[in-house]
Amino acid sequence: MELLSGADMLIRSLKDQGVEYIYGYPGGAALHIYDALFRQDEVKHILVRHEQAAVHMADGYARATGLPGTVLVTSGPGATNTITGIATAFMDSIPMVVLCGQVASTLIGEDAFQETDMMGVSRPVVKHNLSVRHPSEIPEIIRKAYYIASTGRPGPVVVDIPKDMTAPNERFEYAYPKKIKLRSYSPAIRGHAGQIKKAVDMMLAARRPIIYAGGGVILGKASGQLTELVRKLGYPVTNTLMGIGCYPASDKQHLGWLGMHGTYEANMAMHHSDLILAVGARFDDRVTNATEKFCPGARIIHIDIDPASISKTIDADVPIVGPVDAVLKEMLALVKDSKEKPDAEALASWWKQIDEWRAFHGMRYETSPDVIKPQEVIEMLHRLTNGDAFVTSDVGQHQMFAAQYYKFDKPNRWINSGGLGTMGFGLPAAMGIKLTHPDDEVLCITGEGSIQMNIQELSTCNQYELPVKIINLNNQSLGMVRQWQDMNYESRHSHSYMESLPDFIKLAEAYGHVGVRIDKKEDLEPKLKEVLAMKDKLVFVDIQVDRFEHVYPMQVARGCMKDMWLSKTERV
Amino acid sequence: MRRIISVLLENEPGALSRVVGLFSQRNYNIETLTVAPTEDETLSRLTVTTTGSDRVIEQITKQLNKLVEVVKLVDLTEGPHIERELMLIKLKATGSQRAEIKRTVDIFRGQIVDVTSSVYTVQLAGASDKLDGFVQAIGTSGVLEVVRSGVSGIARGEKVLSL
Ligand SMILES: Cc1ncc(C[n+]2csc(CCOP(=O)(O)OP(=O)(O)O)c2C)c(N)n1
Ligand SMILES: [Mg+2]
Repeated sequence: MELLSGADMLIRSLKDQGVEYIYGYPGGAALHIYDALFRQDEVKHILVRHEQAAVHMADGYARATGLPGTVLVTSGPGATNTITGIATAFMDSIPMVVLCGQVASTLIGEDAFQETDMMGVSRPVVKHNLSVRHPSEIPEIIRKAYYIASTGRPGPVVVDIPKDMTAPNERFEYAYPKKIKLRSYSPAIRGHAGQIKKAVDMMLAARRPIIYAGGGVILGKASGQLTELVRKLGYPVTNTLMGIGCYPASDKQHLGWLGMHGTYEANMAMHHSDLILAVGARFDDRVTNATEKFCPGARIIHIDIDPASISKTIDADVPIVGPVDAVLKEMLALVKDSKEKPDAEALASWWKQIDEWRAFHGMRYETSPDVIKPQEVIEMLHRLTNGDAFVTSDVGQHQMFAAQYYKFDKPNRWINSGGLGTMGFGLPAAMGIKLTHPDDEVLCITGEGSIQMNIQELSTCNQYELPVKIINLNNQSLGMVRQWQDMNYESRHSHSYMESLPDFIKLAEAYGHVGVRIDKKEDLEPKLKEVLAMKDKLVFVDIQVDRFEHVYPMQVARGCMKDMWLSKTERV
Repeated sequence: MRRIISVLLENEPGALSRVVGLFSQRNYNIETLTVAPTEDETLSRLTVTTTGSDRVIEQITKQLNKLVEVVKLVDLTEGPHIERELMLIKLKATGSQRAEIKRTVDIFRGQIVDVTSSVYTVQLAGASDKLDGFVQAIGTSGVLEVVRSGVSGIARGEKVLSL
């Protein structure tokens, strides 16, 4: 057997785990590891400009590929800088392993230089964390970390590595474990057959059914099964913000996404349904609105890999714990074999009702002869990229417009921080995707507020030549905050304006990129075409959009699903 | 309703803090908590008493089960079970109080385990309400110090919580 130091074992373990890229930033406690990185060329390292961005890069990569991302940082400030990124991944169940240097084990607890209790600090925002207590444990700990991060309900795993565990002078026998089994951790591998049968019977007997799909369908790689089941049944389907792309948005059976800024028809159909099949969704407060008024006439079937997601906020009538792909497959087989068929008449009148709702609102917005509307920018981008781009976003109005008006037909293409709502996510996430998808169009749709939270990464983009397209929907304000102030605080715009904005064009140029400003409506299409034609360049497109636009529909706070504002003046 | 949840936990550093952290993080309440290694030294047994609606209790057990280091758990209050708590209590004991205390200790089947001219230290084991009853019977004015272990529990009959 080979003898390797802890640091070499760590890097070898990553390689044997199939890790291609790690994103990180060096510092004292991680220097043995960085030296081991230097002495090989199979695991590639991307040097970011802030550790938070390393985590979002790993996250973007994970969301686009379904594979766990990997981060490497030093102790203390390096580790604490990752927390927002880790919390972001945790809320959206993104598989990831964050390797953190730590002060030498002999110094732990002594307030040593750059010592932070990362096990303690990260605990509430990780799926699990592990600390290395002997260098020889490293291969097994790494194997465990990836196993836990990427199975069951995925999530981030932190590995804390005291510096003496990676010392170059001590060497140990290296073998990467092929299999791992944990007696205390065994995610479900299939759903309960009896429950599935019961669910299918209920589904076939429903008169006003709806399928409500979430991010779990994407994480569980079950879009194919979902699509097949929905088509077979002929039922309407809606999805959450995190589930966008799990069912083709351009399909007739798709009602758009639901919840706070969901479509009128999706929210109306949910409210009036008699049966909800929830698949990999967690009845989040941004979906349900007031839980006590949620869908009064509906019985609920809930499929989720995480038992704790079931009956957490809304009681399920038929809970099914299991991987969504396996459960949907079994459901589909039962539906195909069943003598019962959906009631055609009931379904036809349900669709008639839904089509009326669709026609009533239809995601309309007011256009203007001279001011650029953010919605039309997104619609145009959708057209110019044939609906085929990877789109990351930050957080705010631009995020909602992107999600509403870019119609995603494929999973893993809409990449946003849904659960935590982290401004600063968009650019590094786009970078993580572009790195591994060099031939695909990667758009980062952002706002002038959000982009400034990780703007330093323009430098990383220069170093690694990452030609993402940054679409800054510049409304000169923290638009979403301002919208809430307009609606709830009599337009008192407390600290929601953006004064002293930088010249984004010069800024992009200073980092070695191209900057394009668009402020005239007639320039929008030709300039966006020019931008998209610059395949090898990072282009920062600063688009001056309507400063007063609001996102609609918007659910009325503490109401039920169907209580919505449809414009500044219309409330239903 | 009050529940006694008994957990088999990997006996590893940090495992206990995950359990405690979960309770505060998710706003669940802990009334008592006891933990010690078992006959299998790789496992700890942790007992927590808590209160909450059925939905909250269901969430607590599910969230506990989700912790990677939790091997198994049982809500003892779902079936017949035995519940014990140990109390050591120091009481002012002078003059006629001494005989009076002795009598009460006997009634509650406790033991006086340490004596000075003015203080009795009493040991008492039982369900939590029995311990409460004893303190009430003695009257708080005579109590100098109380230390309680928190609840331990085990299912009655053949049922066991093991690997
Ligand atoms: C890190 C962080 N801080 C604060 C917020 C609260 N917040 C939500 S949206 C928003 C405004 C975002 O402004 P901008 O990026 O310009 O987007 P816009 O809404 O104008 O499109 C703020 C401050 C947040 N989501 N994340
Ligand atoms: Mg803005």
